[in-house]
Amino acid sequence: MTDASPDRSRSPRVSADGFSLAKLLLEGRAFFALIAIIVVFSFLSPYYLSVGNFLTMASHVAIFGILAVGMLLVILNGGIDLSVGSTLGFSGVIAGFLMQGVQLTSFGVILYPPVWVVAVLVCVLGALVGLVNGVLIAWLKVPAFVATLGMLYVVRGAALLMTNGLTYNDLGGKPQLGNTGFEWMGFNRLLDIPIGVLVMAVIAIIGSIILNRTAFGRWLYASGGNERAAELSGVPVKQVQVSVYMLSGICAAVAGLILSSELTSAGPTAGTSYELTAIAAVVIGGAALTGGRGNIRGTLVGAFVIGFLSDGLVIIGVSAYWQTVFTGAVIVLAVLLNAIQYRRRVKLPSPAGGSPTSPQKDKATTADPALEKTAG
Amino acid sequence: MNAAPEFEPAPGDTVLAARHIVKTYGGTHALKGVNFDIRRGKVTTLFGENGAGKSTLMKILSGVTTPTSGSIELDGQSVTFSSASDARDRGISIIHQELSLAPNLSVRDNIFMGREIRGATGVDFAEEARQTRLLMADLEEDIDPLTLVQDLRLGQQQIVEIARALSVDSRILIMDEPTSALSATEVEVLFRVIRDLTARGVSIVYISHHLEEALQITDYAVVLRDGAITATANARHINLEWIVRNMVGENFDLGSPPTGYAFGEVALSVEDVSVADASSSERSVVDRLSLDVRSGEIVCIYGLMGAGRTELLECIAGRLQPSGGRILLDGKDISRFSIAERIARGLVLVPEDRQRDGLVQTMSVGANLSLASIGAFVRGMLLSRSQERSLVEASIRDVHVKTAGGSAPIGSLSGGNQQKVVIGKMLTTNPKVMLLDEPSRGIDIGAKAEVFRLLSERAARGLAVVFSTSEVAECLSIAHRIIVMHRGRISAEFTADATKEEIMAASGEAVVSDHEEHRSHHRDRR
Repeated sequence: MTDASPDRSRSPRVSADGFSLAKLLLEGRAFFALIAIIVVFSFLSPYYLSVGNFLTMASHVAIFGILAVGMLLVILNGGIDLSVGSTLGFSGVIAGFLMQGVQLTSFGVILYPPVWVVAVLVCVLGALVGLVNGVLIAWLKVPAFVATLGMLYVVRGAALLMTNGLTYNDLGGKPQLGNTGFEWMGFNRLLDIPIGVLVMAVIAIIGSIILNRTAFGRWLYASGGNERAAELSGVPVKQVQVSVYMLSGICAAVAGLILSSELTSAGPTAGTSYELTAIAAVVIGGAALTGGRGNIRGTLVGAFVIGFLSDGLVIIGVSAYWQTVFTGAVIVLAVLLNAIQYRRRVKLPSPAGGSPTSPQKDKATTADPALEKTAG
Repeated sequence: MNAAPEFEPAPGDTVLAARHIVKTYGGTHALKGVNFDIRRGKVTTLFGENGAGKSTLMKILSGVTTPTSGSIELDGQSVTFSSASDARDRGISIIHQELSLAPNLSVRDNIFMGREIRGATGVDFAEEARQTRLLMADLEEDIDPLTLVQDLRLGQQQIVEIARALSVDSRILIMDEPTSALSATEVEVLFRVIRDLTARGVSIVYISHHLEEALQITDYAVVLRDGAITATANARHINLEWIVRNMVGENFDLGSPPTGYAFGEVALSVEDVSVADASSSERSVVDRLSLDVRSGEIVCIYGLMGAGRTELLECIAGRLQPSGGRILLDGKDISRFSIAERIARGLVLVPEDRQRDGLVQTMSVGANLSLASIGAFVRGMLLSRSQERSLVEASIRDVHVKTAGGSAPIGSLSGGNQQKVVIGKMLTTNPKVMLLDEPSRGIDIGAKAEVFRLLSERAARGLAVVFSTSEVAECLSIAHRIIVMHRGRISAEFTADATKEEIMAASGEAVVSDHEEHRSHHRDRR
């Protein structure tokens, strides 16, 4: 399910200074961390290493994995989306609301939309939240952190208002109303694999194709790496920016559908602080928060690292408080390693004598009043 | 390593000796084995063109960066500086070319930043203020210690920067373009301070683009060219001509205008275009400028800093909105078009600062080259890898990029090759008009000649080329027509047989800013 295609936008694995074990460990650190987690917990608990447990853990990972794919797109663009947890919760609430039937008072009827219509409407809603984020950031120049932080509150508030703080418990639908099947996403399995995991895989594959094989993906990497250069090369940087927030919103909506389907209930506080876990997965996966670097493969591995670690701690009976500490430590470690990996590269090759980042670069580039004086 | 003619080591009075200093940034060799001596109680001036490596060398000597290889001896002892404060502790301080002040803090706080004077109850602000007043008195500048730096004019900020360096009792003081924003009077004060310092045994390293001015104050002259020392001499034995000759080297042939074909129709037409100044609305940086360029023609825009060249080109390319006038491409008004639409219609810009505006550092050479022409290899929804590869390979051959291949990181290339990638990226869109803002900035002379040859080949095949420069020698290379810009307008137009003197006279050399006005008075007096 991870993308096997080499990521063209990254530097080649083997550079001029050759192949080295340290380099391999550094580049593949998230993957090695995942293997280490699996090995360690398999020793500590007899229940950890089994197909059944892996599938259960994978279905936990799915929610974060889907959020993280959307988050990766935003982070590749050099932004951040703090609103995905709230969007996830809001999506569940809207799904619950629609499943109860929509009363059209003027016509005196109650509409019971079928499940697929509910799913589509919820995704449209996620995209709308993303559109608001994108427009605020790209056109109105609100910093991404602030804009999405605001939306975090607004969307969560909307979810609480809609339900008055209560939870929709009955999402099953009724056969006579033709709206059954909502729990399919959360409970069913295809070839023994939970639907949520399959949805994550499909989203990851689509994401990989978008990033590696489409013009949009190239535009995204370019505008995240250097927005000014991308713009001067004809990249529609604003449209790209709005699109990534919309895609992130859709991912959050899908995650919301799966979560409420798994629980067959939709609470307005679902998904609180999930955005931070998604960001952590992206960072552990090696993406740079400054934009332009990162891929789906790494992000998924990052999501699995977090999920397998916390589930493993539950299985061996470590207290929930310690789980929080461990997860935090892993995130800090990941960021440290990112810093080591990118330190060499972040420094731009600067032209001799001038400072490319200097705000007063014009002064540095005034060529030769000297020459003019001599000849004049 | 280049041989250093007239290099005479002076062991007795050398306070700092840098030996075989090499500094590379990615694939760029900023310094190629430099030997540099600082003499006790003397002013040593480092001359060199932009990009020669002056600032890099000074950053190494002041501990701001570390050399890739080479050694530094201080009083005969080998030393390595771990940081700028480490070098400062050993008595070396630097006045940076770009101001490094905190604009939100007062003059006093800036001067003592990081070295606050401790008193019984925290910082002894009264003592700091007293010392600041003394420094200001010494520099003959009437600035209150509590004034915020952001409220000072640029020249006064530079004085504060100098005062900060003076406040540390250094043995070696490096001044990188200390006078660029100073008035003539302030320069005289600074020179008096420098003489006082050298009389007390302080060694000065001085860097300035104003050669005459530097000649007044210096004891020794060292010339740096393309990262290597080309000459060293006692200031008594040299004159301006010696400096320029060693700075520029032999007249390198940058080519001549391509001939043997007739120009085509007018490809680009600029009609009465104005661009408002971003900082003050009533001023225009480009002022009702009109210009026609035919296909096959190469036009050079010469002008000093602030003449409006960059703004004109960015406005034509769509980065800046004009405040008036029209831009026509093949007779069609494109003033309202986006950058992408202009590129699609055949109008492209190679920006001045390739690091900031030209390249995506996180992407490979190939992805950078193909960035502007992605549409050419999209099949259905997806990118065609094979078509992209052939496009990238063709482009690498076409513009002679020296690279390990399309997948190499862009940072591995030298400055000249990076510039060729930016040009190649725009050429793959098959433009009709190509604008280049200072295309030769920060690249060595060989790469410069190659870029110009490339442009003249393309012009002969019908490309209209407009490039800007601030070096007169470049005007008189491949351009069919030379336009001189001054204060946002065209002040003169020349054919390829113009002389350097004519071009420079038309650029209104001295009246770009307040500071430049001071300069001109200064010169007139002399």
